[in-house]
Amino acid sequence: MTDVLIIGAGVSGCSIARELSRRKADILVVEREEDVCCGTSKANSAIVHAGFDAAHGSLMAKLNVEGSRLMPQLARDLDIQFEQIGSLVVLMSEEDRPALNRLYQNGLDNGVEGLRIIERDELRSMEPNISDQAVAALFAPTGGIICPFGLNYALAENAAANAVRFRFNSKVIGVVPIDGGWKVQTENGDLETRVVVNAAGLYSDEIHNMAAEDTMTIVPRRGDYFLLDRSTSGFVKHTVFQLPGKYGKGVLVSPTVHGNIIVGPTAIDQQDKESTATTQAGLDTVREKSGICVKNLPLRQTITSFAGLRAHEPRHEFFIGESRPGFVDCAAIESPGLSSSPAIGKMVAEIVDSILHLPPNPDFIPTRKGILNPQKLSREDMARLIREHPAYGNVICRCETVTEGEILDAIHRVPGAKSLDGVKRRTRAGMGRCQGGFCGPRVMEILARELGIEQSQITKSGGASRLIVGACKDSMKGGSSFEGL
Amino acid sequence: MKDYDLVIIGGGPAGLAAAIAAFENGIRDILILERDNELGGILNQCIHSGFGLHTFHEELTGPEYAGKFIRQVQERGIACKLNTMVLNLDSDKHITAVNRKDGLFTLHPKAVILAMGCRERPRGALNIPGYRPAGIYTAGTAQRLVNMEGYLPGRNVVILGSGDIGLIMARRMTLEGAKVQVVAELMPYSSGLKRNIVQCLDDFGIPLKLSHTVVGIQGKYRVEGITLAGVENGRPVPGTEEHYACDTLLISCGLIPENELSRGAGIELNPATNGPAVNESLETSIPGVFAAGNVLHVHDLVDFVSEEAAAAGHHAAAFIRCGGNEGKERALQVHCGNGVRYTVPEFIRPHAVDPDEKITLRFRVSNVYRNMRVAVYAGGAPVYRRKRPVMTPGEMETVHLDVCTLLQHPEANHITVTLEEV
Repeated sequence: MTDVLIIGAGVSGCSIARELSRRKADILVVEREEDVCCGTSKANSAIVHAGFDAAHGSLMAKLNVEGSRLMPQLARDLDIQFEQIGSLVVLMSEEDRPALNRLYQNGLDNGVEGLRIIERDELRSMEPNISDQAVAALFAPTGGIICPFGLNYALAENAAANAVRFRFNSKVIGVVPIDGGWKVQTENGDLETRVVVNAAGLYSDEIHNMAAEDTMTIVPRRGDYFLLDRSTSGFVKHTVFQLPGKYGKGVLVSPTVHGNIIVGPTAIDQQDKESTATTQAGLDTVREKSGICVKNLPLRQTITSFAGLRAHEPRHEFFIGESRPGFVDCAAIESPGLSSSPAIGKMVAEIVDSILHLPPNPDFIPTRKGILNPQKLSREDMARLIREHPAYGNVICRCETVTEGEILDAIHRVPGAKSLDGVKRRTRAGMGRCQGGFCGPRVMEILARELGIEQSQITKSGGASRLIVGACKDSMKGGSSFEGL
Repeated sequence: MKDYDLVIIGGGPAGLAAAIAAFENGIRDILILERDNELGGILNQCIHSGFGLHTFHEELTGPEYAGKFIRQVQERGIACKLNTMVLNLDSDKHITAVNRKDGLFTLHPKAVILAMGCRERPRGALNIPGYRPAGIYTAGTAQRLVNMEGYLPGRNVVILGSGDIGLIMARRMTLEGAKVQVVAELMPYSSGLKRNIVQCLDDFGIPLKLSHTVVGIQGKYRVEGITLAGVENGRPVPGTEEHYACDTLLISCGLIPENELSRGAGIELNPATNGPAVNESLETSIPGVFAAGNVLHVHDLVDFVSEEAAAAGHHAAAFIRCGGNEGKERALQVHCGNGVRYTVPEFIRPHAVDPDEKITLRFRVSNVYRNMRVAVYAGGAPVYRRKRPVMTPGEMETVHLDVCTLLQHPEANHITVTLEEV
């Protein structure tokens, strides 16, 4: 029987696992997908909200502001790409000024540092591409941008380094109380644990409903996005939101830590928790709204569009607490969930600790090094690295200049990359302007070699996402139609 | 590292022909930098025939065509570094490159020829709504998997875009045992060569649906189907959707010259071609940096790539021998008239060329034209006229201008290429 079983290896589950690994405990993370960071955590705006938006007094507001405060140190400890570039909420019409003032006051009440309202001229000098109609903006200097995959992987790797175990491809199908704990039934065998943590994202309602007496409902709320080529870098320097008002609710336009521009999201409630398909209407909405508070947005430079699902709960509040003895919910974690994740980890770990009274882990390792990017080294250090490890001299992804050395590192980490997407999210190979056209087959070769499997077994993202269906002419060799010819 | 007179970035058809021509023009210290593990570039995966009809008057496969040039490079002892990625080119012609053997190194040649080729426009850039599963490949990626590695990326295929690689892959996938259901093309005409439509689609009974595009992709993990719709004025027409059950979508929707290095060096690019703006010597805005092949503009036939690259090699050799001839004379800008999408070169200096020679102007038309005349004017004076029965955007047009005719119009301050009614 494990001490703690965490359902879900998204950013919440991994943050909880890492916090719990400060204590001496047997911790297991169970994930239905083949890797960490496969759901809501992978497809979002990649920003750390300052915390002025969530309603004062809510748990969301508290954890967002705490998360935002914890993030800089966490990013240093775990070597995560994070930049506090500041955010702007742009007022497009003077008649909406009371709403801007309310947002400012709400931010002050939440304890957000450094907030101020800036007027037209200052706004224009900060963001030359802001719309000519823009009147003023709320400036939050603590708003940040982050690599969402990097955050999730860093938490998972650091947890693993502190003896947390991961079990993938294990969808939970039942949670049953047993003597002294819970039996968690998965498609990959039954597991017993003293405490269960439900960090199942979009499916946190279903897991909750398996264990608790009341029921909750998560509504998947889809967000469609565009990601623009790195050649658009610098179009905006801050995360630019539009104040909801006369012109409706806008979309954000923000730099990413990788030098792209991200534009989105929509907010479309749907039934299907699996459907991360973008729609023409959704993409059109982003296109129309993106032009409101900035001008001449180079949408023609789009390298990809995608959609993610937020785990929206009608009350729009995080649902964290011990719902049944030994069953701890960390449910309905929608935006600002990524921003709050460091604080969510601490809060849930404390709840678990209050149940199990775990002793501290004297061997806890608080830091982790990310995948070494030779492009970030000095010329001398890069030359030395390649001399010592020639794989760093072998560029695999041309668009993002990712070397074989980085890909090998991504594959051999724990938990490591097993698929094309796993390599992509860890190293950025395939994330550039050609979207893996050149490097895809080469990454497949490396994965097959390193994992000791056939290339035909390599997937894009686990499960049924096979990239190759067979060998050339195989259907003719074994088939009957060509026999005797 | 040894310093070279000429460094050629890219060992595909353009780089090879440029190297040979530079050698024939007396340059000996030549280095080709190639990122793949062999010379030949994309030709190595083009195992179909049809290459070399213009150059060698015989029908060769891609590897055979490349092989002829690779042999000439080897016979001349021209140096090349394989598996070598150029990381940076600066405006002073310093090249920083990396490979496993030499590590990180810098070169400072007298002249550089850009021959990096092009890449395919991926699904992401097309904003096709739907899922993003496995089974969506650009035609060239599928071509590599099939022809170089022997893997079948899918069994039941829909192709979006009628570019030549898409057409070639329709035939190839069929020959390898897959079912190709349909090729959809957004435009009312194909961007591929007529001969490829006949030989790759018609001969195999594969329908080509013009003015159609993909409006949906189904399947979360692997493609399960796609939705096609008719297109009017560039927008899908509601109610015309058709569903195709398939496991693969191949995309052949245009090629983009790979000019990240050029951009990094501050080389001026032509927005119509996405390639460097060059003069009649194929020299970019940086003196001593030349460009040829698909990095300059996307070609229809490799024969023309070789021809253009040989010219670049010749001009680079002249530059190395006598330094630049910049400042000799102001350049005439070439304007695009009616129906002309772009021209290469964009600038012409008539005095920089031997008066007995001809200047090659290549261009593409922006629509399908029948019974039109290609006309070139120096200022207002006609200097070239030729009737063309059919011109299509998929086929490159070429004009050879007499230098001495141009020199008869010293008052001209620009050149215009245009299409006229006959």
